Amino acid sequence: MPGGARRLLLQQIAPGDEIPSLACDVTATTVILGALATRDWRPMHHDRDFAQKRNGVKDIFLNTPNQAAWFERYVEDWAGPAGRLGRMKFRMRDSVFPGDRMVFRGTVEKVGTDEAGCGWVDLALELRVGERIMTECKARVALPVSERDNPWARKGEEWKP
Amino acid sequence: MSSELPAEVQSWIGQPRYEEAGEFDVERGYMLTSLSSVENGNPLFWDPEVARELTGGWIAPPTTISLWFRPHWWAPGRTREVQPLQVHFDLKRVLGLPEAVMTDNEIVFYEPVRPGDRLTTRQILRSVSPLKATKLGQGRFWVIDVEYVNQRGELAARESYTGLGYVKGGA
Repeated sequence: MPGGARRLLLQQIAPGDEIPSLACDVTATTVILGALATRDWRPMHHDRDFAQKRNGVKDIFLNTPNQAAWFERYVEDWAGPAGRLGRMKFRMRDSVFPGDRMVFRGTVEKVGTDEAGCGWVDLALELRVGERIMTECKARVALPVSERDNPWARKGEEWKP
Repeated sequence: MSSELPAEVQSWIGQPRYEEAGEFDVERGYMLTSLSSVENGNPLFWDPEVARELTGGWIAPPTTISLWFRPHWWAPGRTREVQPLQVHFDLKRVLGLPEAVMTDNEIVFYEPVRPGDRLTTRQILRSVSPLKATKLGQGRFWVIDVEYVNQRGELAARESYTGLGYVKGGA
């Protein structure tokens, strides 16, 4: 692959495998940059007074699409560029605020191939702050089944996420 | 706050609403801003050779999908406030629930989105719960699906949001 990019193959993965953790210290800039990068102008993601008085929380907090982007980054760090996200579902139990140190962790739950020959990995992911799980996430990622396979080339009946 | 679901809201369930095109073409600058915001260095989005080999050119990071249908904060000639996920704000208004947060999000990705694409979206209310007491206050949960289709009529993604509309401290 050009530039020596990582290429993870399906047969290198097994249920129970752990994904290396990722940590990030959240600042007000993290929250506001994430909101504006996702074109989310709602004030609870940039205005502390609004977040406290209207939402009843302690500070501005990460918005939904930016959390999705963080989980995508975490999965792609592991899967490499040939890995193709098929599905992502997450539940936000509590908000992530400036001052929090968020840590992403993940485990491989299932590895398999569908009837079209597409290799799939089901991942259980979480975003923790301290001991608390703030967001739980399930992701389904297609990985190449051989050196020549490319999940991104799949369309129509060959792509069933 | 009535415990009964208004007929107007009941009539929205399962009906596609707010079918509209994005206000601008998919473009690479926003992709890079989004990647930068989470320090995502995936070479598929930064290295043109990797992009050419795997996807035949640049594509958008999949989770940027909702970015392309969010309206500008301001636009000339606009006479009313325009919100992304308008059904969510309609529910807040009609149900008398002034505050809201999102609790769940699911996205299923299909045809990759590319620079120059113009996406059309539509919103479908799937369900509204009975009144519930939550730690934020009394309110209702609702599920809204958003479908994204490109200019060739190909499905790019289907997204599902679960929102909680509530009256603060009303539990």
